[in-house]
Amino acid sequence: MDSKKLKHFISQNAIYLVLLALVTAIAVYDPRFLSVTTMRDIMLQSATRAIIALGAAFVLITGGVDLSAGRVVGLTAVLSSSMLQVADYSRRFYPDIPDLPLFLPILLAVLAGVLVGLINGFIVAKFSVPPFIATLGTMVIVYGVNSIYFDMKPNESQPIGGLRADFTNLGSGAFGSESYSLPYIVIFAAVIAFLVWVIFNKTRLGKNMYAIGGNINAATVSGINVGLNLLVLYAIAGGLYGLAGVLEAARTGGATNNYGNMYELDAIAACVVGGVSTSGGIGTVPGILAGVLIFGVINYGLTFIGMNPYWQLIIKGLIIVAAVAFDIRKYLSKK
Amino acid sequence: MAESEYLLEMKNICKEFPGVRALDDVSLQVRAGTVHALMGENGAGKSTLMKCLFGIYRQDSGEIFLAGNRLAIKDSRHAIDNGISMIHQELHPVPHRNIMENIWLGRFPLTGFGPFKLVDEKKMFQDTTALLRELEIDIHPATIVGSLSVSKIQSLEIAKAVSYNAKVIVMDEPTSSLTGNEVEQLFKIIRDLKRRGVSIIYISHKLEEILEISDEITIMRDGRRIGTWEASELTTDMIIAKMVGRDLSHRFPERDNAPGDVIMEVEDLTSPHPKSFKHVSFNLRKGEILGVGGLVGAQRTELIEALFGLRALEAGSIHINGRKVKIKSPADAKKHKIALLTEERRVTGIFPVLSVLENTAVAKLSRYETKFFLLDEVRRKADATQSIEKLRVKTPSFATLIKNLSGGNQQKVLFARWLLTEPDILLLDEPTRGIDVGAKFEIYTIIAELARQGKSIIMISSEMPELLGMSDRIMVMCEGRLTGVIDGKRATEEEIMRLATQRMA
Repeated sequence: MDSKKLKHFISQNAIYLVLLALVTAIAVYDPRFLSVTTMRDIMLQSATRAIIALGAAFVLITGGVDLSAGRVVGLTAVLSSSMLQVADYSRRFYPDIPDLPLFLPILLAVLAGVLVGLINGFIVAKFSVPPFIATLGTMVIVYGVNSIYFDMKPNESQPIGGLRADFTNLGSGAFGSESYSLPYIVIFAAVIAFLVWVIFNKTRLGKNMYAIGGNINAATVSGINVGLNLLVLYAIAGGLYGLAGVLEAARTGGATNNYGNMYELDAIAACVVGGVSTSGGIGTVPGILAGVLIFGVINYGLTFIGMNPYWQLIIKGLIIVAAVAFDIRKYLSKK
Repeated sequence: MAESEYLLEMKNICKEFPGVRALDDVSLQVRAGTVHALMGENGAGKSTLMKCLFGIYRQDSGEIFLAGNRLAIKDSRHAIDNGISMIHQELHPVPHRNIMENIWLGRFPLTGFGPFKLVDEKKMFQDTTALLRELEIDIHPATIVGSLSVSKIQSLEIAKAVSYNAKVIVMDEPTSSLTGNEVEQLFKIIRDLKRRGVSIIYISHKLEEILEISDEITIMRDGRRIGTWEASELTTDMIIAKMVGRDLSHRFPERDNAPGDVIMEVEDLTSPHPKSFKHVSFNLRKGEILGVGGLVGAQRTELIEALFGLRALEAGSIHINGRKVKIKSPADAKKHKIALLTEERRVTGIFPVLSVLENTAVAKLSRYETKFFLLDEVRRKADATQSIEKLRVKTPSFATLIKNLSGGNQQKVLFARWLLTEPDILLLDEPTRGIDVGAKFEIYTIIAELARQGKSIIMISSEMPELLGMSDRIMVMCEGRLTGVIDGKRATEEEIMRLATQRMA
């Protein structure tokens, strides 16, 4: 391979190479890092993050940004947990209602996420409010709504606990033995990632999404109903945050109204590190997953080797800026 | 309604925008299988009329008939479904997606059943291949559109319009970035479409082109229809006279500038990019207008952007007034009293949401800095006002946002801005592109006056008459190389064309 091809290869696959370099560096420092357990734990911690990032990508690729993601996670975590507590829990949110079938609260919570997404999409498409502002507004509103719900009797702003075992099992259960196991939640994330990949690459909706983000005028004059497409895309994004919130509650065995706080920024960071353009039109599922994993590896790996958590923040920030500065070179026209 | 002799009839269309009567009782009748040119200055209402036809605007009153049937067009989709398609003046590609997706955007072929339908990539690929072959466009359907040249993208837009199997195709400035060969190719496609009974509505500012391709010509002025004629009845001068409403026997002003000593000497200028300009040497005299001719891809823009410090140089030297200078950035260029009016006025020229005054006064802010880094607003605005007035910019007020001005007036504001920096050398990249005939004359007058005052001008132009009519000397480039410098008075179109196509052996 000559140097030009090599350069091209590096710039096209920078994200994956960074991920590889990161893992290698940590493994050199402490070879115990390369174990099945670490890999599983990183994937376990990254699973819900991946679902949120994939949701955020729907909006980013249209050229928008969705700040409501984190608060929707909090909302659906609280909603689903409040309906899935064990019968004899002292602070049961709904003491008089019998146990619901597992799917129902989950479905309701995801639908709540879809609803927020629809509202975002409606505000953006109908009133042409910039997505940053529209979702900033819903982000605050959703937190308010969630906090009112969370503060209702008998809960009164106490962390929601006493979740049913069948629910928490979704988040913490796994196939396989103790040492070689595949957590359900990782499978969920993988299935979602596949479905999102299909939407992005194989459906009309996905191609319209890239077109809207790439050149909204082109989409309009080609007869695409831009408003309707935005509405659906924001709704899917909201649904994915909703699902992530449910899984987050199941994984941690509880929920508060502050769940998911600032997750939207992590999701946006993972997306842009993974090559999604904040100006729209560009982004791939493998890239986004690599972006999520880079942060997963940093979080887990740097703690693993005993690095001061404040230093970890500085490294994270540097990676965000460096990755985008590097990635953007692919698209800058050379003069 | 009975069979009509016209395929498309637009009757008594009126459209009003706040404060402007854009269309005043305009009618247009287009026969099947003909090319109908729509002409008029910018702001005459051609684009507005076409936008009503394509459902981007809705007319306030008036009716549209297609093959005798009345049609109330709701939106672009509706227009497309009824067999009307349009090639837009501003190209609309989605840069990061491939050719097939761009062509079939909004109507991807689907496969699958029920609600689970996926895009049929295979069919899309086959259809695109067939379409491109039919139109003799030699590009792979999976090529990312952003990597194509502007002229290729324009061919794609044409392919897209053709692929709708439309009965009426509106072409708004389809040749604005095509080379001579590609224009011929387009005309071939148009003649083929005509044979199939398709009607073309053709909007262009290039008069020679219009006379070559069209059957009938409708001319508009100030939102009204002046009339419709057989193309064979008209000459370029007649068209211009009808468009501007006055006799414009002279398209160019009298020039009485006298080129003096050499002010700038360029030697062996070479770009680091293999396909860009190489070994270009020329000189520029004081008070001279040096035209730069060539086809798209001749690297003329790249060359003058390099002179302005926007592009890197690998080799070569620039001397100004006998002293060797290094121009590494626009700031350096300004220091050496060079100004650049770019080709893409809207992209790199104007600040659309700022006022006319601010757009002018933004130049040379440092000169107005007083103590504590504050600006002397009174003096700054007074100078800007004077500059705008000198160039006779037509604007309701100086507080009007520049985006609401016509192209010609925007260009005058840019001249006003750069003149505030008191440049000695002006680099003009297609200074009259997209500007209507009347305003062009005013721009030419400004250029001639500047040369008379002793300013030196390098003017890139793709319009032959403009090059011949305005230049003291014309240098012609082809594929990055300078192929000849000819005297402006003695130059002919043929000679320029010969140099512009003179590939290096």
